[in-house]
Formats: sequence, C-alpha cells, structure tokens
Amino acid sequence: MILLVDLCYQEDSLSAYEFVRPIADALARAGAGVECRHYTRVTPESASECEGVVLCGTALKDNGYAEHIELFSWLQDPGVPALGICAGMQVMASLFGGRIIPHPAIGLEDISVVEDSSLLGPPRQIQGYHLHNYGVTLPPGFRLLAGTAEAVEAFRHPDRPLYGILFHPEVRNRWVLERFLDL
Amino acid sequence: MNLGVLFSGGKDSVFACSRAMEKNTVSCLITLVSENPDSYMFHTPNVRRTDLQARAMNLPLLTWPTRGEKEEELADLRAAIRAAREKCGLQGIVTGAIESVYQAARVQRICRDLDLWCFNPLWQINQLDYLRLLLARGFLVIISGVFAYPFDASWLGAALDRDRIEMLAALQRRYQINPSGEGGELETFVLDGPCFTRRIKIIEASSSYRNYRGHYLIEEARLVDK
Repeated sequence: MILLVDLCYQEDSLSAYEFVRPIADALARAGAGVECRHYTRVTPESASECEGVVLCGTALKDNGYAEHIELFSWLQDPGVPALGICAGMQVMASLFGGRIIPHPAIGLEDISVVEDSSLLGPPRQIQGYHLHNYGVTLPPGFRLLAGTAEAVEAFRHPDRPLYGILFHPEVRNRWVLERFLDL
Repeated sequence: MNLGVLFSGGKDSVFACSRAMEKNTVSCLITLVSENPDSYMFHTPNVRRTDLQARAMNLPLLTWPTRGEKEEELADLRAAIRAAREKCGLQGIVTGAIESVYQAARVQRICRDLDLWCFNPLWQINQLDYLRLLLARGFLVIISGVFAYPFDASWLGAALDRDRIEMLAALQRRYQINPSGEGGELETFVLDGPCFTRRIKIIEASSSYRNYRGHYLIEEARLVDK
C-alpha cells in the first residue's frame, strides 16, 4: 500500500483532481494499492504501516503546507521509501536542512539527469513539466540527481530511499512513479 | 472561493464547471468567441450557443471577441480573464484542460500574472474513463465537429452514448486518436447535465462535411423543462 499525501490547501479540494488523483491513478495502473490522506491527517503510525509514501504537488498559489512543516516530522524517522513531488520536495528539503527559495517555472523544459539512481536512471536529458513558484537548496549531505546546485531538479537522501523531484511525473513521465514502486 | 470557468460549451468545460460548482462558487462563465474556425485555443462550433447553457446553469456569461490568431488570442484571453476578475471579483480560473500542456501552461501563466488561482479538474484523467463518467453522471453530449480521419459524417450531431464511446475506444487502439478529442479530432456541445436546471432542445440544425472535416451547427434551440 502506498500512502499518497495530499498537500493541497484543504482536504477534498478542487485541486485534488489535478494534483492527487492523477498520481493515484498512475500508481494504481502500475499495480499499487493507494491510500490518499490529507497532510493534516497523516500520523507516524499511518506512515510506518505503508510500503511507500508519495507527497503530491499543489497549485501555484497554494503554499500553505510550507507553514506547517512540523506536520511532516514523521518523514524524518527511518522507514519506508518516500517521493516528494514539487511541493513535496520542498517539504523534504525543509525537513532536512535545505531552504525553499523563489524559482518560478511553468511548462515543459529540458532537465539534465546528472547522477545515476534507482529512481531516474542514468545521466541524460529528459523533458519534464514544471509548475512551481519555488524551488529548493540541496539539503546537507543530499545527492543531486538532476539539475544544478543553483536549480535543483531532483535529489536523494544520502542513506535512505527518500527522493525529491521538482517536475510533475504525471505529465509524460509516469515511468518515474513506476520506478519508485520498484525501489 | 469565487471562480470563473473558461467555457466553450463543450463537454470538458461543462464537466470542469460541474466539478467546480461541487467544491466552490462559480461566479461566471467566460467565453471567447473566435472569428477563426481553426483557433489554436478556443473551441468554435456553436460557441454562440453558450448563452443557453449559461441560462440553464443559472450562471452569468461573459463573452469576449477574439480574431483567433495564434499569439494575439492569448492577449485576448488575458484581457477577458482580467475583465472577468474585475467584474465578478474572481479569485481563480477553471479550465477543462486534460492533457494539453500547450493550453494549460498558457492559462497557468496568465493566472500567475493576474494573481489568480488556476484549477484544471480534468487534468490527466483517463480519457475513456472520463467519457464513461460523463455518461454515468447524466450529461447529454453531442458531436458538433469532426476534424480528422477516419471520422465520417455519421458522427455529426450524434449523441455520445455507450456505442460511440466504444467506437472511440476502437479508434484510439487503431489510430491513436485522443478519444476525448483534445487533439482537435472532434468537438462537442452539451445539451443537458446534472448542473443544468433545464435542458437544451435543438429545433433546427445543419451539417456540413467534406474530406473528414465537418460541423454540426445548431441553427435554433431553446431551453425546456427536464
């Protein structure tokens, strides 16, 4: 069972159709069981009982999650694989010592995968869909998987299977979600 | 949150509007009326009939003219959204985009520049599942235009029923078309749905068809009780 965490401004919002449902559908089509839960309702127990966690993105104007980073402290405990998408990546960065920084981008753009990883595969150019006003700095010790130090596109925790990606994999890159399930 | 819906009268904008009405307040529908039948952004067949749909849904309709030329129509869209924001106190915009990054990214940029929320409640939805959902929810959708091989004239004016959806599924398997028509293969018009207080009855219509391109134009229609 994958725990899919909804980071949108409120539970069962209009945004969930755009940022949560497509990820849930892609994971389900890849064979995973999925439980969706709003970030205000995730407990350490619910996170530890699943096989993996995916933190979803949000609308451009929706940054409420960044004011409640403490609600994600359960991600700091060693446990299951986790993937943070866009807003989810920002949460991960904040929890592990990075910063959320202004970095607006909208649309399909070239992304340089710079380090081989189980999630993104070997170094190469890919195209990804960006929809964000903010990016992140690389948390201390994290590996840069894609982008540059100034414009981080993807990272991973040095020891644990915690990944963040700034682009939205539900658009033309569902293979990222399939690879996450294989971690 | 007060929302305006970019509204063409086709199934995607009507269903997006329906979802927005379930979660928020839809304050107006925004229709760009293009002079260009091959508009990049804006659905054109029967777009002048959106006034009937707006009345059926008890929502104000704001129309905005555009010549429908590629980059100019973006400026027109921005102007229309800005005017709607001022007139209706909008906080956000809703679109019926499904997979078109071209459309979605442009509206997202306009909304960012105008400090508006942007919602795409059909984004990345499985297209065949979506067509079946429309039917299950009681939307009455007709095909108002076809623009690609192998669609023949029999599609024009046809209701999107179970048989047509299965035909679209077969065409998707064989020709890789977008079954919802977002690739420009076909266009639709909604006559009824759960968010309609009355349904639209077509009194007179005409069809034109040539070389896998055709239109079904509603010449006269009126609202009737459901």
